[in-house]
Amino acid sequence: MITLNINGSQHEVDADPDMPILWVLRDTLGMTGTKFGCGAALCGACTVHLDGEAVRSCSTPVSAAEGLKITTIEKTTDGSDRVGAAVHAAWVKHDVAQCGYCQSGQIMSATAFLASLPSGSQPTAEEIDAAMEGNICRCGTYVRIRAAIADAASTLV
Amino acid sequence: MLPNPNIDYSELPRALQHMLERSRSKVAEAMPRRSFLKLTGSLGLAVGIFPHMAAAQSTNTDAAAASLKPTEQPSAFVQIAPNGEVTVTINRLEFGQGVQTALPMILAEELDADWSLVRSQLGTNDAAYVDPLFGIHLTGGSNTIKNSFTQYRELGARVRAMLLSAAAARLNVDVSTLRTEAGVVLATGGRKLGYGELAEAAMALPVPQTIALKDPKDFRIIGKPTQRLDAQAKSSGQQSFGIDFKLPGQLTAVVARPPVFGARIASLDDSAARAIKGVKAVLRIPLDRGAEGVTVIADGYWQASQGRDALKVEWDTSAVEKVDSEKQLAQFREIATRPGPRQFDADMAPLETAPLSLEAEFVFPYLAHAAMEPLNCTVRLSDDRAEIWMGSQSAGLDAGAAATVLGLKPEQVVVNVLTSGGGFGRRFSSSSDTAMEACQIAKAAKAAGLDAPVRMLWSREDDMRGGYYRPTHLHRARIGFDKQGNVLAWDHTIVGQSILTGTVFEKFQVKNGIDAATTEGMRNPYPLPMRLTVHHPVVNVPVLWWRSVGSTHTAFVMETLLDDIARATDQDPVSYRMKMFGEEHTRHRDALQLAVDKSGYGSKTLAEGRGWGVAVHESFSSVVAYVVEASVVDGQPKLHRVTAGVHCNLAVNPRTVEAQVQGAAIMGLSTCLAGSEITLKDGVVEQGNFSEYTMARITDVPEFDVNIVPSADAPTGMGEPGLPPLAPAFANAISRLTGKPVRQMPFNLA
Ligand code: FES
Ligand code: FES
Repeated sequence: MITLNINGSQHEVDADPDMPILWVLRDTLGMTGTKFGCGAALCGACTVHLDGEAVRSCSTPVSAAEGLKITTIEKTTDGSDRVGAAVHAAWVKHDVAQCGYCQSGQIMSATAFLASLPSGSQPTAEEIDAAMEGNICRCGTYVRIRAAIADAASTLV
Repeated sequence: MLPNPNIDYSELPRALQHMLERSRSKVAEAMPRRSFLKLTGSLGLAVGIFPHMAAAQSTNTDAAAASLKPTEQPSAFVQIAPNGEVTVTINRLEFGQGVQTALPMILAEELDADWSLVRSQLGTNDAAYVDPLFGIHLTGGSNTIKNSFTQYRELGARVRAMLLSAAAARLNVDVSTLRTEAGVVLATGGRKLGYGELAEAAMALPVPQTIALKDPKDFRIIGKPTQRLDAQAKSSGQQSFGIDFKLPGQLTAVVARPPVFGARIASLDDSAARAIKGVKAVLRIPLDRGAEGVTVIADGYWQASQGRDALKVEWDTSAVEKVDSEKQLAQFREIATRPGPRQFDADMAPLETAPLSLEAEFVFPYLAHAAMEPLNCTVRLSDDRAEIWMGSQSAGLDAGAAATVLGLKPEQVVVNVLTSGGGFGRRFSSSSDTAMEACQIAKAAKAAGLDAPVRMLWSREDDMRGGYYRPTHLHRARIGFDKQGNVLAWDHTIVGQSILTGTVFEKFQVKNGIDAATTEGMRNPYPLPMRLTVHHPVVNVPVLWWRSVGSTHTAFVMETLLDDIARATDQDPVSYRMKMFGEEHTRHRDALQLAVDKSGYGSKTLAEGRGWGVAVHESFSSVVAYVVEASVVDGQPKLHRVTAGVHCNLAVNPRTVEAQVQGAAIMGLSTCLAGSEITLKDGVVEQGNFSEYTMARITDVPEFDVNIVPSADAPTGMGEPGLPPLAPAFANAISRLTGKPVRQMPFNLA
């Protein structure tokens, strides 16, 4: 049994310590907002926050999360997190999603990035690109991702 | 670049005016005010009856002549709840292209619905949800809006008429005294009835025989930039995709497939796999193309893939061709020298006497669709029924294939279409390989005594190595032209696998041994004396349509070669094309002109090191022109800015058109980047994951400016047409900078 803190609640899961967080979330706990894209830390679809930092849950064993706080897309966009709420609102406003499959990961990366900025500072276009380079979108929503992040940042001042 | 002497730039605003006028007058002809549709017979089907009723109706041959088709039955498409919520059922797969918003917009327009109360859902393989033109379930060819525009307008208009009748009866007034507005029926004296209050009574009424459609100038939803109905769900992890679907007790299956297409099992030791915790069964199953595989069925994906990793399988590849990309290129070159069937057959004698000439060879690799959501399919099987949940672009074909595998009758199979994380053609498998594999697993599991629904899930590596690629192509051209750039003779050869041979489309699309999906986009609309010879070698690599299909390579060849001729004869690439479009191809002209105007081409001075590139291409009835700015940085091509001119007639949702153009262009950009190719060595696909197969990332992406030519003509599709002209526009810019033509995809400037 492994005890996990996910979105503020404790979960006892019977999982192999090597099992990636992604599959505990999706298959064991039925939290399907976090997506499977590559399984190899190459696309960012599975991004969650571990103590606020963006990690690829497909390649992070569940044992590494013991004692840390896991935050998933469900929590980040439920309105309780200031930065997450701003990112979520900007994503909707800019109609970023096409198929939408990569967007959980995009939003989790964008939120961690904006939360990491010194308060009041606005990211440059290059910084936004650099922060999001690990997230693939096959539908090619990047232009709106850039716009949404810049917009979200401006509302957080 | 200097302003083009062949274009009078002062004329442009006026040209734009003319263009607008022309499109306006065309509409007046095309859609007379209050056009009445005559429908034969009357029918008692009404709003709110379940979809399968429509299908049942269609099998009643006595009534058929006097009834509406299943695709015309409001009951299959519209439900109105007492609170006024309108739920529209979509006859397609939503996989990013935005039809789950555009089709409801079209229906809501004629229904006069309150847009804030409109919802949408996807349908099934029910007969109501076939493409009204093709008569089969089909999400492809960018045809949703094109083929279902009138269908969804009529559906909305019928329901509106029924609601009006119900309101007239309720208020005891003549229907002509009533009007509708945003989900409400309005009567004289300020009386109002909401659609929700009327829906039940409207249900009991016959579907009207005649309906009136709106004058397009009265549209208030169609044509308005509209937020997607799924924007909230897709920005919060709430959207459910095929991979997320879960039934109680459901198990997950993965499959060990042979390393070479079509190979079989020589020996199997599954003892270690069976010992893994959570593994329920390890079973041999028949696969696509006569192959054989091993499925591992477990509690979840992780356990199943652990089980698969523990399998010891020896494969027998002796009976199948082992393709090798390098050798294949040599073979294709040899094939290109042979005589073959011809699509165009102009006289090639001028080749020998032409004052100028050029020769070119192009190579295009296999490409994987690589949708972000890996392929998956869930099957629940009982003795006389199968229910399937999957993101399918072809629910009817998949249902038929499932019935064959399972030994059921077609009507015993239901395919529920689930939202997909992309697809780009891969979810319209010509062989239904995804559905068949999932059904083979379900059948084997049931035979082995496992009484549980099973979800088949592919890994990224399964997806990338699983075939059904955009086929590899060799193009060869010999062109003779004069000093004014007039082409005197163009001798062209294409070598590439046929996509459509062996599919349901073969009899319509393969003529005289030539697959239209290979040659689409060649020559037209340019008036060129071309001889086009086509060879379709048979190769042991499954191939498939891939976003914009033949135009993925034909647009590149046409648009770069024409640019080469323009460059060789010192002509401006825009005016050179305009001259050839002539008066006839106004959509091409208008799209290109709009892109030129908005880009500043010919007027603005580019930043140091940047070059202009231009390309125009029509595919799937829409025209897209790009004017791009690119440079070469450290020997690598870099795209900075894309200005698009788009002609898709009436843009139902301009916001989605913009997104589709950006997305398709970026997918086209991916094909230019080093590492964007699938190659084979000794029959084995060499790429397995995104580290080995390049797709554009945010750092590769240029700035975009998408412009739509105003038009009110019946709309054409936009899922694909934004892709083909991107790579040639980019290549043309690079060629202008380096002086060397780009003949290889992905680009190789070495
Ligand atoms: S699924 Fe984890 S990075 Fe791709
Ligand atoms: S929205 Fe489809 S992969 Fe990003």
